[in-house]
Amino acid sequence: MIKKTTNWPVTVIIALCSLLILFPLYMTIAIALKNPEEMARSIFSLPTGLHFENFANAIKATNFFNALGNSATITVTAVVFILLTNSMVAYAIARNMNKRFFKTLYFYFISAMFIPFQIIMLPVVKVTTDLHMNNIPGLIILYIVYGLAFNVFVYVGYIRSIPYELEEAATVDGASTWGTFWRIIFPLLAPVNATIGILSCLSTWNDFMLPLILLGNQDSYTLPLVQYVFQGQFSTDFNLAFASYLLALSPMLIIYLFAQKWIIGGLTQGSIK
Amino acid sequence: MAKRRAAFYLMTIPALLLFFAFHTFPALQGIYYAFTNWDGYSDSFDYVGFKNFINIFKDENVLNSYLFTFKYAIATTVLINIISLLIALGLNAKIKAKNFFRGVYFLPNILSVLIVGFIFNYLFSNVFPVWGEKLGSDFLSQNILGNSDWAWIGIVIVAVWQGIAYNTILYLAGLQTIPHDLYEASNLDGASRWREFWSITFPLLASFFTINMVLAMKGGLMVFDQIIALTGGGPGRSTQSIALLIYTGGFQGGEFAYQSANAVIYFIVIVVISALQLKFLQKREMDL
Repeated sequence: MIKKTTNWPVTVIIALCSLLILFPLYMTIAIALKNPEEMARSIFSLPTGLHFENFANAIKATNFFNALGNSATITVTAVVFILLTNSMVAYAIARNMNKRFFKTLYFYFISAMFIPFQIIMLPVVKVTTDLHMNNIPGLIILYIVYGLAFNVFVYVGYIRSIPYELEEAATVDGASTWGTFWRIIFPLLAPVNATIGILSCLSTWNDFMLPLILLGNQDSYTLPLVQYVFQGQFSTDFNLAFASYLLALSPMLIIYLFAQKWIIGGLTQGSIK
Repeated sequence: MAKRRAAFYLMTIPALLLFFAFHTFPALQGIYYAFTNWDGYSDSFDYVGFKNFINIFKDENVLNSYLFTFKYAIATTVLINIISLLIALGLNAKIKAKNFFRGVYFLPNILSVLIVGFIFNYLFSNVFPVWGEKLGSDFLSQNILGNSDWAWIGIVIVAVWQGIAYNTILYLAGLQTIPHDLYEASNLDGASRWREFWSITFPLLASFFTINMVLAMKGGLMVFDQIIALTGGGPGRSTQSIALLIYTGGFQGGEFAYQSANAVIYFIVIVVISALQLKFLQKREMDL
């Protein structure tokens, strides 16, 4: 019989190991709330004074709200367009796999999964600069386009498992291809949309390399990029630096705190087969 | 019918054009520049044939960056997969507060690699050495990132700390696809836990194992953010990854064409490794 009682040894091991995950985060919060004198006394102790001025200074030094706005704009716009366009492309491909054009297109897109970004990194800066796209809108377009490789792969696999009869019925009732996609297919894609949405959201929000090579204007810097610039300027004031790290991490942490179950569920549901 | 076909083309052609313009065209351009001597900003440049490629094979910096990157990628792939499989097994057992611990173990995946790197950078220089001193070890009381022989271990630690999150979730999803009655049957037959793992769990996780190995290896070969945050490629050039070398040489070192050639070689290496991994690992996959 399978045991139904709690496995205490495993619970204890899992709990102890989770401290390894939580410790660096505890340190981040503690250092962000201390001042240099408290740090000198003991690095590990709980903060006594709660120095919120670290946060106020960090907000000013990094122009935090501007960077937050940029990151949010880029992520939200990119994710919305990724969901709307990448799924549409995948739908056209999935329903026409017997045609050479679409089949070629499928392999063309997914083959890009194996191309390391470094091979296009140098020329893409040249192309985007020539087209005056080395800014936030340009960055958003690149995220949408670069999503295709992986997303088409996932969407096509899922769409092919949706029975074709549903669409035939709609066609008989006079629905156009567009109407069929938006009214029948897209709503059925909810589980994959959740997975793709979460993954694209995390990768766009945390991406450092594309903003680093593409964005010229300091006003358009994203949160990770600002931390990078900030690092060089204030490398001695750790309390300020950690307050800034914590601020940069907090939007995702807060979202994760509330949507944790949903995020993990969404990732496990759609990502398998 | 024609209208249907037109709609399908309209759905794909804009994406195709954009994809070509911003992905394939730059890739082709990169390959083209690899055969020139362009520095990235001059007005003119010459075609130099395979000279860049030949020089790359003689370049010690390039060789070192490949050695470091491979060492790093293999270590992270192995560690990430072993640890995340163990954690997934633990999280799949009958434990208390299961959802809470699942949340904790996935947490690192939502954090920016760069900022996590900065945080660990501080821990390596100011926190871990304090413990090292208490243990009375000279080796542990130094900043591992400042030691050119051991800095790469520090980067591996950070990558593993963060990387196990996603792989754990995938393994956990895999474990949940294994039917319960298989374990009941093996229990009746009196199989040991150890035997159960190697005869049931591990073979049935094979496809997840393949995905996780390929993903972790690819991630390891492309390492960039961690290095920027932890060592900047140092001390000396001991932790300079291929990606970092292409970035610094290409954008700041006036080696646009030369590093393009390096990128072409890098591309071939990644494709060959991924293909070999898939071929080798898929052979041992089996279906129920």
